[in-house]
Amino acid sequence: MIIEHPLLGPRDAAEFTYLGDARLIDRPDWQSETAAHDFFEYGYLRDNPAGWHQELWFHEAGDRSWLVITRNTVTHEISKVELARDVARSRGRSK
Amino acid sequence: MHDLKTITALGGSEPRTDTFPHITISENDGLALASVAARLGSEDECNKHMQDLLGAVPAPGQAVLGEPESGFWMGPDQWMIEAPKETHELLADDLKDRFTGCASVTEQSGAWVCFDLVGAGMEDVTERLCAVPIRKMQTLEARRTIIHQLGCFVIRHTGADHLRVIGPRASAGTLHHALMTAAESTA
Amino acid sequence: MTQKNRIATGGQIDRSTTHSFTFDGKSYQGHPGDTLASALLANGVRLMGRSFKYHRPRGPLTAGSEEPNALVELRDGARQEPNTRATTTELYDGLFAKSQNRLGSLKFDLLSINDRLSNFLTAGFYYKTFMWPAAFWEKLYEPIIRHAAGLGSLSLKDDPDVYDKGFLHCDLLIIGGGPAGLAAALTAGRAGCDVILADEDFRMGGRLNSETFSLGDDSGADWAAGIIAELETLPNVRVMSRTTVIGAFDHGIYGAVERVSDHVHTPDAGKPRQILWRIYTKRTVLAAGATERPIAFENNDRPGIMLASALRTYANRFSVTADKRVAIFTNNDDGHRTAADLHAKGIKIAAVVDVRPDAPKTYDYEVLEGQVVDTRGRLGLSFVELKLANGSTRMLECGALGVSGGWNPNVNLTCHQRGRPVWNEAIAAFVPGEHLPAGMTVAGAAAGDMSTAGALRSGAQAAKLAIDLTGDIPDLPQAEDAPVNVKPFWYVEGCSRAWLDQQNDVTVKDVKLSHQEGFRSVEHLKRYTTLGMATDQGKTSNMGGLAIMAELAGKTIPEVGTTIFRPPYTPTAIGVFGGRHRGQDFHPKRLTPSHLWAEEQGAVFVEVGNWLRAQWFPRAGETTWRESVDREVLATRGSVGVCDVTTLGKVDVQGTDAAEFLNKIYCNGFAKLDVGKTRYGLMLREDGIAKDDGTAARLAEDHFVVTTTTANALPVYRHMEFVRQCLFPDMDVQLISTTEAWAQYAVAGPNSRKVLEKIVDQDISNEAFPFMACANITVCGGLRARLFRISFSGELAYEIAVPTAYGDALIRKIMEAGAEYDITPYGTEALGVMRIEKGHAAGNELNGTTTAQNLGMGRMVSKKKDSIGSILSEREGLNRDDDLRQIGIKPVDPAASVPAGAHLMSLTGPVDAAHDQGYVTSACYSPNLGHSIALGFLKNGSERMGERMRLVSPLTKVETEVEIVSAHFIDPEGGRLRA
Repeated sequence: MIIEHPLLGPRDAAEFTYLGDARLIDRPDWQSETAAHDFFEYGYLRDNPAGWHQELWFHEAGDRSWLVITRNTVTHEISKVELARDVARSRGRSK
Repeated sequence: MHDLKTITALGGSEPRTDTFPHITISENDGLALASVAARLGSEDECNKHMQDLLGAVPAPGQAVLGEPESGFWMGPDQWMIEAPKETHELLADDLKDRFTGCASVTEQSGAWVCFDLVGAGMEDVTERLCAVPIRKMQTLEARRTIIHQLGCFVIRHTGADHLRVIGPRASAGTLHHALMTAAESTA
Repeated sequence: MTQKNRIATGGQIDRSTTHSFTFDGKSYQGHPGDTLASALLANGVRLMGRSFKYHRPRGPLTAGSEEPNALVELRDGARQEPNTRATTTELYDGLFAKSQNRLGSLKFDLLSINDRLSNFLTAGFYYKTFMWPAAFWEKLYEPIIRHAAGLGSLSLKDDPDVYDKGFLHCDLLIIGGGPAGLAAALTAGRAGCDVILADEDFRMGGRLNSETFSLGDDSGADWAAGIIAELETLPNVRVMSRTTVIGAFDHGIYGAVERVSDHVHTPDAGKPRQILWRIYTKRTVLAAGATERPIAFENNDRPGIMLASALRTYANRFSVTADKRVAIFTNNDDGHRTAADLHAKGIKIAAVVDVRPDAPKTYDYEVLEGQVVDTRGRLGLSFVELKLANGSTRMLECGALGVSGGWNPNVNLTCHQRGRPVWNEAIAAFVPGEHLPAGMTVAGAAAGDMSTAGALRSGAQAAKLAIDLTGDIPDLPQAEDAPVNVKPFWYVEGCSRAWLDQQNDVTVKDVKLSHQEGFRSVEHLKRYTTLGMATDQGKTSNMGGLAIMAELAGKTIPEVGTTIFRPPYTPTAIGVFGGRHRGQDFHPKRLTPSHLWAEEQGAVFVEVGNWLRAQWFPRAGETTWRESVDREVLATRGSVGVCDVTTLGKVDVQGTDAAEFLNKIYCNGFAKLDVGKTRYGLMLREDGIAKDDGTAARLAEDHFVVTTTTANALPVYRHMEFVRQCLFPDMDVQLISTTEAWAQYAVAGPNSRKVLEKIVDQDISNEAFPFMACANITVCGGLRARLFRISFSGELAYEIAVPTAYGDALIRKIMEAGAEYDITPYGTEALGVMRIEKGHAAGNELNGTTTAQNLGMGRMVSKKKDSIGSILSEREGLNRDDDLRQIGIKPVDPAASVPAGAHLMSLTGPVDAAHDQGYVTSACYSPNLGHSIALGFLKNGSERMGERMRLVSPLTKVETEVEIVSAHFIDPEGGRLRA
C-alpha cells in the first residue's frame, strides 16, 4: 500500500508499523468514578469493521510520526491521512 | 587532552574507500552530528536560530547546506545538524548554547555511519538498495528509507551523481556489504 | 540428422551461430534466438517429459510461459532447477537439461504402469484411498507417495547464485510488449512520460513475432524491432525484456522478476541471476495478450499435439515445424491461420478439421467439418481419428496436430485486487471486469480486442487516457483487423481420458466424477480434482474445466464463474523473494564498539536482537562454557569485571515536561527524582501487564536518559512516541533514540571504583558519587563521558559511557587500568548468572504474562498519579491472594540441577496441570553458592519461604525436590551496592 504522508507525500506502507483502532487516542480519565469500566472498554472493546476504519500507523522507518489513517479494510482504499498529534488535540487531548 | 583514539564505524583506523568503474563508495568518518528538536511553544525561536545557523530552515524531506554546518529534516520540528568533526567535535555543546531554552539538543556523532556514493552509476546502485525515487529526487532532497532492513537517511547531495547514506553505526558492516553488492551487481 | 525439422529460411534466429546443448545425455544443436523447446523440436525431439500422475509421455503444448508439459531439470550440480519450462528457456551454448518425472529412461518409464492403473487414480484418489488403517499412513503410504510424487528433483545443495531486489518508479507501467503494449509505450514515451515497458519474453513484440501479417510496409516483427529501437533512445522510457510482472498489489505497486542471467551458462561474477523489482507506478496499461485454449478429446496429450498458435510460433519465429505432416483441429478462424502459414512454408497440411459447418474453405488443402475423436502413437502422435459431420470416420496420418479452441484474454493481473472477470459472448471468453487494480487500464487482446489493428488502437488509446494526453496519438500502421469468429466447443462428446490439465493429469472424466460426487463450486472442483493447481495454474485448462462443469450443472459459464487468480503470474524462484537476505545476511548484524577487542579476547558471541554480544570469554585450559562462566562470575564478585552493555536501548528524553512524561510511562514516580540521580523504572502495558523495565537517569531538570532492555528497544521507543503524540500531545517533551550513540560498559565488583578512579577525571568516592548517582563527566583527561552508579550484578558497580567511536579505546583503557586487579571481561552468561543470584527480573520474568504484583513490585505502582496501566493493574483478577509471586528456588540435594521451564507441584499431590503451583523462569549454576539456583513464580509465593516442593518436567522426565527461598541469593541487604 501507499500512504500519503501529510508532510512527506506518498510512502510505501512497508515503512510503517500498524497499531490498530484510532480510538486508542481516546484514553479515559483515570480519575473518573467509572475509570475501571472505562479502561476495560478502552482496552478490550473495539470494532472490527469491514469497510471504513480509522487506524493508527507509526512511520517507524521515516519521520517517527504517528498517523491516523482512514482506510477501507475491504478495498484498502485510503481516504485521509492525518498527523495523530493533530487528531489528538482536536479530540481535546492535551497534557 | 586525552589520548583516546577513535576507530571508524567499519572498525578501521582510517576510513575505507572502494572504487568501481561506475561508483566510489567512501566511508565518511569526518562528520560530527547532533539532533535539534524544538521545544513545544518555542518553534518560532528555534526556527530563527536554525535560519541563523544554516541560512534556511530545512523543510520536510529537505537538507540545507551551510558553512560549516549543514542540516536536514528528521521529523516534525526536528533536524539533524552535521559539521566537520575535526573542527566541531563538541557540536552538540555548541548547539546547546545556541538553542538554549528553545530546543533539545542530543549528540549523535556516535550513532551513525556515513557513506558517500559518487559516480555515474549512483542511480543504478540506489535502485538496488532502497525505494526512494532516486531519478526524480532533486538535489538536497533528504529521505529516511530502509536499506537491507536498516533505517537510513539518504540525501541527494550537490553534484548530480552524489548520494549520502547515513545509517545506524552498529550495522555499518551490514550496510557497507549491501552497498558493495549493489555496486558489483550494477558494475 | 541435425535439425531435421528446421525450416530452411526465415525466423528470428541467428543461423550464423550454432549453440550446442545436451538433453538427456544426448547432444544437439540450435541457434541464438531459440528456446530449448524450439531447438529440441528442430532436432525432431517431441517427447520432453512424463506427466505427473500417470507418467504419460508428453511434449510441449505451447510456445510460451503457459506451458504445462515440457518441464525439464535445467543445468546440473547446485544450479539444477526442476520444472523449468523448455518453452521459455532461452538456448545458450552448453545448455544442459534432463527430462524429469521418470523412473528409468524417458522412453521406458517404469512408473508408466500408473497409466494402466488410471481407474484407481481418479479425482479424490488420495482422500479415498489412504484413510485406513491410520497406522499405515506414516509407515507405508506416505513414504511410497513421497517417492513417486513431485515433479522434478532438487539438487539439495545451496543455490550458488545471488538475487537482487530493486525499486523502480514511473508514471506509466506497460505490461506486455506486443502490439498493444508497443503502441502504448510509443504514445506515452513520445509524450515525455516516465514509462517502464516490461515483457516476459527475451524478444519484445509478443504475437507480432509469431505472425506473418504486415504492419504497414513492414513485417510485424520488423515493425516491433523498429519501435523498440526508438523507445530505447528515449531517456524517459525503460524497456525491460525478460521481465515478468508477477503481481499487482495495492495502490499501484507491482512485483516484477527480471531474469538477468538465465540466458547465460553462469552469471558473471557479482551479478545476480534475477532481480525482483518493486515497481511504483501512477498508472498501468495491461497489455498481456491472450492465451489460446485447447479442446479436449480422447488421448489429446500425445507429443506432437499442440496449440495451433504454438505451431505457428515455432514455424514463423523459430523456423521450426513439429513434423513434416500437420493436421489442425479448430472451432474458430484462427486455427486456419496456422494451416495457411505452415502450408506457405511447404509443410504438408494433412487436413483442417473444423467443428463449424461454415468454416472458411481453401483449395490449398482439405478442410473437413468434424471432430478429432482419438489419436494414436506410442511416444508421439502418428494418427488422428476423425468423426466427420456426415457420420463417417477417418484415420489421418500426421506427426503434429494443432488445436485451437479460441483465445482467453490474460486477465490474471486484473484480478489480483478482488477483480472478477466477466463473460464476453462475442469472443466466448472472460474479459476484465470491475475492481481493477488502482490506475490500471487494459488494452489489446487482454481486453478482448483480438485483432492487430484493434490492439494497436486500444494500446495507444489506453496510454492517452492514462497520461491525460491532450494531443494526438502517434500514427499507427495499417494492420489486419479480422473479427473473432468462434463457436464455443470445449470437449468431444463421449471422451473420458481427455486431458484438461496436462500438468496435474486431470481429465474430463475427473471433472464429471467430481460433479457426480456433489462438488458444485468451482473452487471445490479445483481442490478436489487439482485442476489448475499445478505450476502453470491452469492457464490452458481452467476454462475447459469450468465450461464442462457449467454444462453438467445446467448453468451458464458466467454463472459458474472462475477461480481466483493469484500472484505470481508464472512460477517464480523462491531465491528471488529472499534476495540478498540469505545465510549470514538474513538480517543485519549489529556490532558493539568493543567487538574487535572482544574478538581478540576469543569471545564466543550470541545474537540478541541482531546484536552480536560476547557470551563468554574462554581461556586456555577451559573445556566447557561453564568453566569460563564460573570463572568470570567469581572474578567479578571477587575483584572486578567488565561487560559491554552498549546494546541496552537508550532514549534521550528532554523538555520541560520530561519528568511528567516519565511519570506517565512508568508505573512508579519520577517527578521528584533529583538531578544527578538514577531510578529503576517499571513500564506497564495499558492492561496492567509488565512491558519492560530499565533505568532513568536525570542529567538535568529537563533531561533524562532512559534505558530499555536490549530486545525491546524498538517497541518501547514506539510506545513512548505513541504516549507523547497520541495521548499527551501538549507535553513539552522530545524523544530520540541514542542506543548506538554511546559505548557503554558495566564495571562491577569490589574493586570497580579503584579501576575507574584511574580513568575518570572527577571524584567518584562513595560520598561524592553514591549508589544510583549519575553525571556528565570526563575521562582520560578530557573526553566527555557519562557515569551511572547502577548495578545489575549486585556488586559495587558503574556503567560508563563514551561516544561510540571512542568505545574501542575506552575498553582497552579499562583493561589497562584494571590489570593490577586482574580485571576480567565477562559475557552475557556471567551477567545472567549474577542477576539470578541477585534476584533481578529480566526478560524471562517480564514475559508478557506477569504483572508488577507477580514480580513483587506491586507496591511500586503509584496510585497517586496517572500512568499507563495503573488502572487496569488494579483489576480483581490480577490481585488475588493466591497470585503468582517471584521466588527463589534451590535444590534440596546440592548436586541436583534445576531445569528451567519446570513446574512446581506440592510434595504429595498429583502431578498435573490442575495442581500446578508455579514454574521456573531462569535457572543457573551459582559458583558462589556451589549449587544450582533458579528464579520462578509460585502461587502466594512470598508466604511460602522454606516450603519443600517437587519441581517436575514431565517432558524431560525430571523430578527434583526443591526448597522455596528468597529470590535474593546474594547480599539480600544490598550492602555491596552501597559500599
